[in-house]
Parts: sequence; C-alpha cells; structure tokens
Amino acid sequence: MKDNRNNTIMLIIKDLKAAVGGKTILKGISIEVKPGEIHAIMGPNGSGKSTLAAVIAGREFVEVTEGTVTYEGRNLLDMAPEDRAKEGIFLGFQYPIEIPGVSMVNFMKTAVNEQRKHKGLEPLSASEFLKLMSEKKELVEINSALANRSVNEGFSGGEKKKNEIFQMSLLEPKLAILDETDSGLDIDALRIVANGVNMLKRADNATIVITHYQRLLDYIIPDVVHVLYDGRIVKTAGKELAIELEAKGYDWIKQSVEKNKPS
Amino acid sequence: MAKDQDKILNDVTSGEYKYGFYSDIEMDKIPKGLNEDVIRVISNKKDEPEWLLEFRLKAFRHWQTMKIPQWANLTIPPIDFQDIVYYAAPKKKASPKSLDDIDPELKRTFDKLGIPLEEQKHLAGVAVDAVMDSASVKTTFRETLAESGIIFCSFSDAVREYPDLVKKYMGTVVPYTDNFFAALNSAVFSDGSFCYIPKGVRCPMELSTYFRINAANTGQFERTLLVADDESYVSYLEGCTAPMRDENQLHAAIVEIIAENNAEVKYSTVQNWYPGDKEGKGGIFNFVTKRGICRGENSKISWTQVETGSAITWKYPSCILRGDNSTGEFYSVAVTNNHQQADTGTKMIHIGKNTKSTIVSKGISAGEGQNSYRGLVKVLKNATGARNFSQCDSLLLGDKCGAHTFPYLEVDNQGAIVEHEATTSKIGEDQIFYCNQRGISTEDAIGLIVNGYAREVLNKLPMEFAVEAQKLLQISLEGSVG
Repeated sequence: MKDNRNNTIMLIIKDLKAAVGGKTILKGISIEVKPGEIHAIMGPNGSGKSTLAAVIAGREFVEVTEGTVTYEGRNLLDMAPEDRAKEGIFLGFQYPIEIPGVSMVNFMKTAVNEQRKHKGLEPLSASEFLKLMSEKKELVEINSALANRSVNEGFSGGEKKKNEIFQMSLLEPKLAILDETDSGLDIDALRIVANGVNMLKRADNATIVITHYQRLLDYIIPDVVHVLYDGRIVKTAGKELAIELEAKGYDWIKQSVEKNKPS
Repeated sequence: MAKDQDKILNDVTSGEYKYGFYSDIEMDKIPKGLNEDVIRVISNKKDEPEWLLEFRLKAFRHWQTMKIPQWANLTIPPIDFQDIVYYAAPKKKASPKSLDDIDPELKRTFDKLGIPLEEQKHLAGVAVDAVMDSASVKTTFRETLAESGIIFCSFSDAVREYPDLVKKYMGTVVPYTDNFFAALNSAVFSDGSFCYIPKGVRCPMELSTYFRINAANTGQFERTLLVADDESYVSYLEGCTAPMRDENQLHAAIVEIIAENNAEVKYSTVQNWYPGDKEGKGGIFNFVTKRGICRGENSKISWTQVETGSAITWKYPSCILRGDNSTGEFYSVAVTNNHQQADTGTKMIHIGKNTKSTIVSKGISAGEGQNSYRGLVKVLKNATGARNFSQCDSLLLGDKCGAHTFPYLEVDNQGAIVEHEATTSKIGEDQIFYCNQRGISTEDAIGLIVNGYAREVLNKLPMEFAVEAQKLLQISLEGSVG
C-alpha cells in the first residue's frame, strides 16, 4: 500500500459523544486536523475542552458513548494510552503530575527510549540522552536545575508548564495537545511556551491548543479556531475568530447558541 | 548505572519468583525434631568445643520456658517445632581444599543465583560467603582479605580457627535470653559468617553472605558476627532466596555487630525469601534478631534493608549507642504484596552523650499485604545531647492492603531532640496515567514510581545491590495494580 500519509488527514473526530460519571459532556464533536496545522479550541469553563483532550489521550474515566476518533487511519479509541503516546500523541497537562523521587532524567530517558523501541531504534545511552536533554533545555529555556529534580516535585505553576513543553520537545510528537498550557503563566513564561511550540512546528506535525483566553494566540498563530460550548463545536473559522472572541467575550457565543436552540 | 536501570525496566516482564527452583544435591540431613540430643548431634557434626555445646544447651533450656511472641501485628499460624529438620548440609568431601572438590550441582546453583563461587568470575570487589541450608559452601577472597589481617569466614571455621574471638563476642549483643527466636537460634544455629576487621583497617572490598534455603522441611538458623575494631571500616551485604514450596519454612537468624572506637559498619540486606503464592500458600517465616552495638566513641552502625520476600517478616535491626558521639542509622524499604505480612522497624537506644540516630522507613503494601513499622527510640538519662530523626512513610497500592505505624518513644533526658514524621500515600491513577501518556506502560510506571518513593533508601545500598533491589521492587509488585 502506498504511504500517502502526508496528504491525508491526521486526526478525524466524528460525531463524538462522551460522558464522565454518567453525565454527557461531549455532545457530538467533529474536527479534522491535517499535518502542519495548528488548531485552537476555545470556549468557556465547563464547555468540554479538557474532556476532549482526555478522550484523545485515552483517560479511562471518560466514557465514549458515540462517534469515532481516527488517527493516521487507525481507530484511536482501541489503543492503550501508552500506545497512543508511542504513536506520537502528546498531551500537555493542564495540571502536571508530581512523581516524587523520580528524576526528570530517568523519567524522560525511559519515555524517549520506549518510543525509540517502538520505532525499532536502539535506545539512547545515558550520555547521548544527556546531550539531547541539554540541547532541548536551551530551546525551551528551562533551568538546568529543574531537569535534575524529581518530576514536577516542588515546581512552581509556571515551571510545571514549561516542563511540559520541555518534555514535548524531547518526544517530538506528531500530534500535540496543549491543555490550557497558558493558564497561570506570566508573560515571560507564556512567551517561552509559545516559542517552544513554534520552534517545534513542522510540516508533518500538528498541534491542538486548548485555551480559555486569546492571549496565547498572540504568540501561537492558529490555522483554525473552534469554539466549544456546552459539548458542541458552535463555530469554526480562521485566526480572526480568536480576536473576535477576545473583543466580544463568550457571552456573545452563548447568546447566539441559545437563540438558535430548537425549543 | 542509568543504563542498568533501563535494562532492568526492559528485562522485567514476568512477575514470577525467579529463584524458586530446587537443586538436587546430596545432603547430610538429620531427622525432624528438636531435643537435647539433636543439639548434641549438630554440635558434634561441627566438631565444636565443649563450651559451645554448653551455650547451645543453656539456650535450649531457656527456649523451652518461652512462648512465641504475639505482640507483633502479624497473624502467625501455629509452628510445630518438632516438624522441622534442624540440620541439612550439602555433603562435603573430606576437606574441600579447592573448588574442584565442591559438588558441581552446588556450583551451578550459585551460578544460577548470580553468585559464582569462582573468584575470577565474581564481581570485582565483593567477597562472598555462600551458605546453603545449614552449611557454608565456600568463602571467596579469604586469602586476599587475610593479607590485610581481615578475617572473613564461615561461622563454623571461625569457631575452629578463632575460638577466642568468637567466645569473646558471641552473644554479647544478642544474648540467648533476648527473645524466643534468639533462644531457638542460639540452640540450633548451624552456620553463618564471621568477620573481624582489625584496628585501622579499611576493608578493601564489600563483604557479603548469600543465604540459600534449598532442602525441604528444614529451617535455616544462621548467625553472623561482625566485629569492627578501632578505626576500621567495613561494608557488608547479605542476600537470600529459597525454592517455591507449598509448606512454610522457618528462618530464624541472629546478627550481631560490634563497632569499637571510630569504627564504621554498613550492613545492607536484600531479603528475597520466597514470599508464598498469590493465595498466600507457602513462603518463608522470617524471624530475625539483628542488633549492633556502638561500643566505642564516634563509632557508627548503619543498617539498610530492602525486604521484598518472606510470607512473614519479623525483624528489627537495632543500634545500642553506648559510645559518646556514636551514630546509628536505619534505612528500610519493606514490600508486602498478595498475602505477605511484615512487622519491621528498629530500636535506637541512646546511652552515650551526643549520640545521633536516623530512621527512614518506607513501607509499600499491595494486594492484601499488611505492612507495619514498629520502632523504638529510647534516650537514657545520661545521653545528653542525643538526637533522633525518624521518618516513616507508607505507600498503598490498591485498597485491600494495610499500612500501620507503631512508634514508641521513651525519653529520659530533657535535652534530647526527637523528631518523628509520618506520611501515607497512594499511588495515584494520575501518576500512572501521566507515565502512560509519555509512552511508559503501567507496570513500568509502577516500577518507576515505587523506586522513586524508595530512592532515599536505595541510594544507601552499594551500587551492585541497588540495581538488584530496584529490579526486585519492580518484580515484587507486578500485577498488583489494574
């Protein structure tokens, strides 16, 4: 079979419905992401943004009730979370998890080598890995000391978010989903996070930026902006939509959705 | 080191107990049962002097007046002490002068356990006393060590060759009256290791004893005696494994350490006795009395233990801090999975001035395992300036297991500073998912998280053992989550 992956759509989400604890959160979502694209998913709190990220990453507590998610031609929903990761899906966590006593070096070396094994590559030696790590540290302007500490332990909010981008840079995912990576960041950290994303952008990978604010999109220019409201995509347009949202606020969307609701 | 870690994480795919095999070796075995005649037979088999036989008999008579201790947080099934074989040793040729005289099956057994008896094959820098059931099979590097005046040999050899040293120190730290299992051991002990580091000598290699239970229906009762004279240093390791059997087997050991002025002893254990199967059938009952005395000023005794095996563990490696400015340390990781039970901890007895002790205990419970920390910090009246820091952490995997902490404080000196911290945590689904999302499988994630949790203790182990211990932790907990 001819590999025409680059011409095809990387991620196809079709009529996706999902529930958490019996409560339907996603009520029919369809999105298509092509290689090279940056998509922004915006929406007010509670609209289902993080649930969507959780479905793509494979969190167990989200129950998919209808619809399909296809990633590079495969049924993503059938894949274990670690296999999704090894196939190039990366989730930047909204609340990165602390793992006391596990050094970032050991953690990321394990992760990188799992991925290499999956691709049939030899594992990186300790010295090769440390070299890679110091290159990437510079790229995302992460403090050397952070990389030697335990995973996220005692990191400030901003450090945790930078650390997510640092991990992303080491894993070079095909599809990165950044879940509210901008929340709680000061302007410098925001710039560093955005720079990281922009520098890692390639023609064959894609990014989904989930955000509440338009602020991050001053630095990361999206190709497509979706507005998620009450479990549905209510508007999809180009980058100008983000600016419109910033000016008018989410009430504008809410009102137009409520108005059009069949009674 | 980092490479080893990866190898470990990759290699380990099955949770089977790896050392559960049995070796068919010609044994010299006495019938089951315990009485004064049995003790005479053991003593006779070892060609012991009269004083040692007397010691055994006194211990035995005392033991008969004692009852099995019930204060631990353990459910101990009745043990029939008449249903145990108290002596089983691999048959020896007249006097094995070289390795060629040792049963090849024995050599193969220790090879399989990763403990080659040939010096040239062994890890550089580690001398081993290999003990199977009731007898020491071979002590490596004995001659090399003797060049620095260090005595490292089996306990039986020590009784023959250095009776004065043995007589001087044996039973001074753990008297046979100490407890039920110490009395039993003192009556029937068969072998173990003896080590003496002379004044001013820093032992040039790690010393270690590897204990293997092989024969069925036997108990293993070894004694280790370690004496560090003034200004000396030694790091000592012990490891242990046993075949998988449906019956429980008893292991009741004594370890005594003496540290003189300015001496330092590091004693590390990786305990991996057969833990029993998933239903709790079989496994070793591990009742051990370990104690060291810092007799001299500025002396130091440091216990590090990684306890992953045994159906029941009852063990409290302790330090008597008699010399002024002496230091005691206890670093422990204890794992209980499936139906394993552990009641383990330490005693730090501050007698001298400015004595310091540190206790770091990390319990890990999974399956239906029950894990208790029991620790005593005792500061006597004259121990001015005494300090203790204790930290007891528990990690729970799953909701059928238990973690318990029993700290005891007896402080009779007003100026003493005693600190105690305790935490209990669960391995979170969030932590596991975080690892999954980076491409790390759940089993590997648990290994990483548990090793991270235990790192403070694992770091205290000599490197070869640290790697082994990490691997063990991971294996012991496989299949315990999800």
